[in-house]
Amino acid sequence: MLNNITIGQYYPVKSCIHDLDPRVKILLTIALIVAVFLVHSAIGYALVLGFLYLTCRLAHVPFRMLLKGLKPLRWILVLTFVLNLFFAADGDILLQWQFITIRKQGLLNALHYSLRLLFLVMGTSLLTLTTSPIQLSDGMEMLMSPLKVIHFPAHELAMMMSIALRFIPTLMDETDKIMKAQMARGADFESGNLIARAKAMVPLLVPLFVSAFRRAGDLAMAMEARCYHGGEGRTRLRVLKLGRGDLWASLAVAGLIGLIIVEGIVLPGGLW
Amino acid sequence: MSIELRNVTHTYSAGSAFQSTALRDVSLKIEDGEFVALVGHTGCGKSTLVQHLNGLLKPTSGQVLVDGEDLNGANVNRRELRQRVGLVFQYPEYQLFEETVAKDIAFGPRNQGLPEDEIDARVRRAMAHVHLDYGKYAGRSPFELSGGQMRRAAIAGVLAMEPSTLILDEPTAGLDPHGRDRILGMLQELHRDGTTIVMVSHSMDDVAKLATRVIVMDTGTVLLSGTPREVFAQREAMDKAGLGVPAAARLCAALRERGVKLPSELYTPDELREAILRLWKEGQPC
Ligand SMILES: Nc1ncnc2c1ncn2[C@@H]1O[C@H](COP(=O)(O)OP(=O)(O)O)[C@@H](O)[C@H]1O
Ligand SMILES: [Mg+2]
Repeated sequence: MLNNITIGQYYPVKSCIHDLDPRVKILLTIALIVAVFLVHSAIGYALVLGFLYLTCRLAHVPFRMLLKGLKPLRWILVLTFVLNLFFAADGDILLQWQFITIRKQGLLNALHYSLRLLFLVMGTSLLTLTTSPIQLSDGMEMLMSPLKVIHFPAHELAMMMSIALRFIPTLMDETDKIMKAQMARGADFESGNLIARAKAMVPLLVPLFVSAFRRAGDLAMAMEARCYHGGEGRTRLRVLKLGRGDLWASLAVAGLIGLIIVEGIVLPGGLW
Repeated sequence: MSIELRNVTHTYSAGSAFQSTALRDVSLKIEDGEFVALVGHTGCGKSTLVQHLNGLLKPTSGQVLVDGEDLNGANVNRRELRQRVGLVFQYPEYQLFEETVAKDIAFGPRNQGLPEDEIDARVRRAMAHVHLDYGKYAGRSPFELSGGQMRRAAIAGVLAMEPSTLILDEPTAGLDPHGRDRILGMLQELHRDGTTIVMVSHSMDDVAKLATRVIVMDTGTVLLSGTPREVFAQREAMDKAGLGVPAAARLCAALRERGVKLPSELYTPDELREAILRLWKEGQPC
């Protein structure tokens, strides 16, 4: 019933990419995304795609998992493409038919924007596929910790994020259970018009909220019982350490960015 | 109404990296008027099995037959069936949602499309079954009740559909002895009045007291099935399944080890007492 929804799409295998420091991975992903916006030609995009593909292979993640991450965005991608395609104001006209005009500039914009969006999503998917949610929030906390000087609640944010992530599967299970229990009492979640369906959600949502609040209360109690009092002076179980792999990964991304820049200078205008 | 499982296998998340097989080639039949106890260690697939009995889960392979008809066939009304086969989930009090106890219990009958006066009559009957006073509790919020009362109100919510077969998944889990006895007493009454009952339980003593048949599961398969006497006689198999036997059967075995000439197949306190008294009257040393 609910098993086709996956949140926190971590792909749990062992690989050199999984072993990288989460901080490095987050920073490199940001660098990669910036690099994608520097690309101006087909060769550049091919380089990025090749890089993503290779990383995917190194991470032992099937490439189709990366493509699956694009599925929820397919309409946004189509919309980006279509809007840019039809609404360029100047440039050579490639095609004109009744009220439809396609200009060269429009086609280029459409390709650029949708490819950038595509690689942006693929890059971040690769990050979340190879980094467990806990590592991810650890990494974020460490990266944001310099901001503590200006009283930015880095630790609290990271803690909220890990708790939220931790409870998503629990709440999904709970939803499934309550749904089945109400179906055993003849509830019908699948037919009827919009209003009937919205009404049918009440027997699901009320118990779900009650249980979420109960869990939150229990968790707060358990944390206090173990003397949790925020991030001050807290040491960590998993100490993040930079390794040799992190150096290699950084060099690889730096190399990719270098190639993209060189390619932009050598072949201005690219191959379009 | 009989419910039969034929070679049922159930695999969760089949085809993904997380797939796990909870039931393997399970075949069993539940006849009219039985009180079946389903026992087995945690995670052996009891909850998965009971959800097949009213079509909430579909077997990955195999069939569920209700009165000989395939439950997952194309022209079977599963919603209607769920009213005849009532299922009380584990911790059913977590499903309460209405403003008042009476409204919550009425949820099932209302989904059945019954007229108002019939719904009201059923709510009263169901509350009487679970020993919740209508006058006192009908208008209260279910969230104000005590744990045991909430549990009974939730069970009443299923009883109000007046199912001919009632399935309960660990109905006494987490209750105090008093709350537990109330639920078990209620089940005994329902069974006496002709309801077929399937109860998942971890308490061999409760099973010994109530069940007419025991089905023992072990990691997705049926290990033993028979009368409590037959099943509890197999102490080794029960120990291997991580279950043990009722306290009376354990005591009986311990006494036999020390040379007391008791029969081997006793498992209720009453029959053990009878046997010991008989030995005593005969002047045997014990
Ligand atoms: N919704 C689910 N998704 C995946 N696996 C499940 C799900 N529910 C149960 N399981 C697995 O199936 C097996 C049997 O579980 P269950 O039927 O709940 O056992 P029991 O009720 O006997 O404790 C367990 O290994 C459990 O982890
Ligand atoms: Mg269970």
